[in-house]
Amino acid sequence: MIKDVSLGQFFPGNSIVHRLDPRVKLVLTIVFIIALFMCRGPVPYAIMAAFLFTVILLTKISFVLIFRSIKPILILLIFTAVLNIFYATGGSELLRLGSVVITTGGIYTAFFMVFRIILLVVATFVMLTYTTSPIMLTDGLESLLSPLKKVKFPVHELSMMMSIALRFIPTLIEETEKIMSAQKSRGADFETGSIFRRAKALIPVLIPLFINAFKRAEDLALAMECRCYHGGEGRVRMRILKLCPLDYISIIVSLSVFILAVILSQILTFGVLI
Amino acid sequence: MADIIKSDKLTFKYNINSDTPKTALSEVDISVSSGEYLVILGHNGSGKSSLAKHFNAVLLPCGGKVYVDGMDTSDEQLLYEIRRTCGMVFQNPDNQIVATITEEDVAFGPENLGLSRKEIRSRVDDALKTVGMYEYREHAPHLLSGGQKQRIAVAGIIAMRPRCIVLDEPTSMLDPAGRRDILNIISDLNKNHGITIILITHHMYEAVNADRVIVMDQGKMVMEGTPKEIFVQVEKLNSLGLTVPQTVELLYNLNQSGFNLPLDSITLDECVDTLASQFCK
Repeated sequence: MIKDVSLGQFFPGNSIVHRLDPRVKLVLTIVFIIALFMCRGPVPYAIMAAFLFTVILLTKISFVLIFRSIKPILILLIFTAVLNIFYATGGSELLRLGSVVITTGGIYTAFFMVFRIILLVVATFVMLTYTTSPIMLTDGLESLLSPLKKVKFPVHELSMMMSIALRFIPTLIEETEKIMSAQKSRGADFETGSIFRRAKALIPVLIPLFINAFKRAEDLALAMECRCYHGGEGRVRMRILKLCPLDYISIIVSLSVFILAVILSQILTFGVLI
Repeated sequence: MADIIKSDKLTFKYNINSDTPKTALSEVDISVSSGEYLVILGHNGSGKSSLAKHFNAVLLPCGGKVYVDGMDTSDEQLLYEIRRTCGMVFQNPDNQIVATITEEDVAFGPENLGLSRKEIRSRVDDALKTVGMYEYREHAPHLLSGGQKQRIAVAGIIAMRPRCIVLDEPTSMLDPAGRRDILNIISDLNKNHGITIILITHHMYEAVNADRVIVMDQGKMVMEGTPKEIFVQVEKLNSLGLTVPQTVELLYNLNQSGFNLPLDSITLDECVDTLASQFCK
């Protein structure tokens, strides 16, 4: 049951998107989201959607997987749609049930709201988590945040903690499974009973897990000290992130698309609802 | 040869501030010469791990001194110099791997030393080739076997180019194949790379190839000598709660039942020869 936990949901590959510098992907994803919120009207949205569609094609990740990634937020989508249909006003009246009014404006807003959320979620998955290994993501974050070192923000410590956490997740999952098997072999029951009963059954699993985790932390700290670790100062990274022509090209192409979409939505707003 | 490690009346106590401090080491005098292959034996709680931890200033003596290549371990200024001279490999390979990619982990030590990128790269490649894990350089360590993980841990230390490596029960969590690999790597490092090896273990047969064996008991050094000199003293080792290698045990048991065989045939080949010369006349 624990094995199903997939981490960071990274799909290894060697596509153009996979090979991009993590910093470029991080920044472009953020810019994409900002641009998305500045878009008004069908044409800009179509441009953004087409951009995302091209990215998906480039990653070679199957569309089935992409659709599956939307599933967890389905409730949120329905909620947003319903709320907007009933509360957004404008346009002509379609239906009136007592005090509830459904207008074309409401449906229009609801549609674009849902569409926006889908684009947002898919973009983060496709441009970031699906195509960037967690370690690359950590490195990218460290590099992007490094200017904050000047204001004494512990950038190195933060990224070290993140990468060690990533390193130990599989180890701890394995250990949890071992402990659970050991408990099961002595008659522990994790699968039946009410949710409270099952939660309570996990306590004897968590206690040894935590104790071992502390023990591991102590061992690791010792091993790190023995390898002359003394924080980020004076440390040289073997692998450094370096922007290559592909990165520059994708920055230019993506930014032009985003700017086009935003400018078009400024121009086309006249005469269009909202 | 010059001494790479020297301890002078080394004393160490745990819980020194409590009412009942526990003495782990009392007045231990050891000197390890450069290029030596030393094995330290002892049962659990004999003080062998505490001793090892003094060799790269993880623990500092409560009394006496430890010198690593002439550097006093209690001098904080020299801490990193001491640790890059004397590296340490621990028991559990899982708990000493830092990174999610093999080569990144091996690079961890050299990265901390602040070397140039080119130098780090070449050291990492060399270290991985030395332990035979070069083709796994881009793998995730958690998917490797225990023996392979321990080889990565050894590579992580070699990449710092230490002159001495202390291994604290490096094989006790490994399967027989992994154990053999690690022992072969240790011998190779000692013979072909001139690295001083201090191997802490309670597996007797791992001591067979050593230049010198030290037996610890209750925080004291109780026996010292070549493997042959040590293992012939079967009764004394047994009284210390230690066994002897199976080869010696076999010969000893045969002698108990009336034979008169020399006990100093400690390797498998020597033992076979001894038995063959006795019985195939």
